Amino acid sequence: MTLDVAWAVDWVRRSAQAVAEHRDELVELDRQIGDGDHGENLNRGFTAVVAKLDALEEPPAEIGDVLKLVATTLMSTVGGAAGPLYGTAFLRAAKATAVPELDTNGVVALLEAALEGIVVRGKAHTGEKTMVDAWTPASEAAATASGEGASPAQALAAAAEAAAVGAQATIPLVATKGRASYLGERSAGHLDPGARSTQLILQAAAQAAA
Amino acid sequence: MSEREPAPVALVLVSHSRVLAEGAVELAGQMAPGVLLLAAGGTEDGGLGTSFDAVEAAVLRAVADGRSAVVLADLGSAVLTAESVLDLADPDVVERVRIADAPFVEGAVAAAVTAHGGADLERVLAAAEHAGTMFGADAVRADAGEGGEGAVDDGVVRGTATLRNPLGLHARPAAIVARMLAAYDAKVRVNGANAASVLELMKLGATRGAELRIEAEGPQAAEARDALVAAVHEGFGEV
Repeated sequence: MTLDVAWAVDWVRRSAQAVAEHRDELVELDRQIGDGDHGENLNRGFTAVVAKLDALEEPPAEIGDVLKLVATTLMSTVGGAAGPLYGTAFLRAAKATAVPELDTNGVVALLEAALEGIVVRGKAHTGEKTMVDAWTPASEAAATASGEGASPAQALAAAAEAAAVGAQATIPLVATKGRASYLGERSAGHLDPGARSTQLILQAAAQAAA
Repeated sequence: MSEREPAPVALVLVSHSRVLAEGAVELAGQMAPGVLLLAAGGTEDGGLGTSFDAVEAAVLRAVADGRSAVVLADLGSAVLTAESVLDLADPDVVERVRIADAPFVEGAVAAAVTAHGGADLERVLAAAEHAGTMFGADAVRADAGEGGEGAVDDGVVRGTATLRNPLGLHARPAAIVARMLAAYDAKVRVNGANAASVLELMKLGATRGAELRIEAEGPQAAEARDALVAAVHEGFGEV
């Protein structure tokens, strides 16, 4: 069983829908420990992505083409740190998926490349209350599932679940990266909005594959 | 802007706010009219944030005609966006661009004045990044350690001059001093401050009537001192 370009397009559309539905929640999370623009910015970015998908005459040939469109559009339209962070994640993921179909190893490669992009761009490590805290366990869970012979859909389901756990685990953390780090100790007790949006996007990937 | 060809190093000022980026360009430009300064602030629709496209366009304009460029950015995503632009740019652009780890406004002013003197990329970058150390505890300690009192005849050329212009050694005259002294092979200090640094000069807070103690060293120390004394007496063209 493999995932194709239609899956990638569906993933992106479902991500856009999830971000739109949770826009206010993300705004509120970011207002507590950041500048309050995460929901607004991400929603603007994914709305622009969907508009570009709608404008395509025919679907792209490779999964990487879809992800590259997401990357460049998010970088240009998001406005906040999520733009270059998700933009770089999708760009690295696109380079790792220049194929028409993905098997489970391909899914793992996609997630690892995305994580690497975020780490390179944000210079963050786990435990600093950022989206890395959701991406890292997600990537690891997919790799573990792959080792146990999981299908691509099962690997994505494992990744989404791990991202959810990782996002929740950011609540007690004190932020040392990003705008929330200006709050120091006061950032503890709040869910990191970037980890939350990561959870939503990986959930969308799993749902599109189910 | 000057009618001459712009300096070989341009600056790109990236801020979350369009007004802040444009204001920094205005402030730095007043002191360095010969430098190409480009603002890339705010999102496409004028909101708070940074625009990949705007930063990319500014960087490409900055490095056109063979120039190099130093990028200064204010907060997190401005830096990330600038890095993303370089990630996707052609290698021949990337090698001529540096992102400064520097305070936005102070770094822009210091870098602009240094670039105005025709300095190369690494020196402009260093000027921006050094600007950060001039406002912290380190700067205070450095000042305290350099009173210069009790100096003997050690090859230092000295002079004094009294400020005549109404606002004293504010931004524009400070920039004039730093620029004119760049022409001499001499190290000059004014009341202990490095006269090649606009920021150090401004930090003196010297107003009209203040006496400036000038100390110069190097092959052209006397010429540098004389030029500076003359400029102070002329009130920097403001009296």
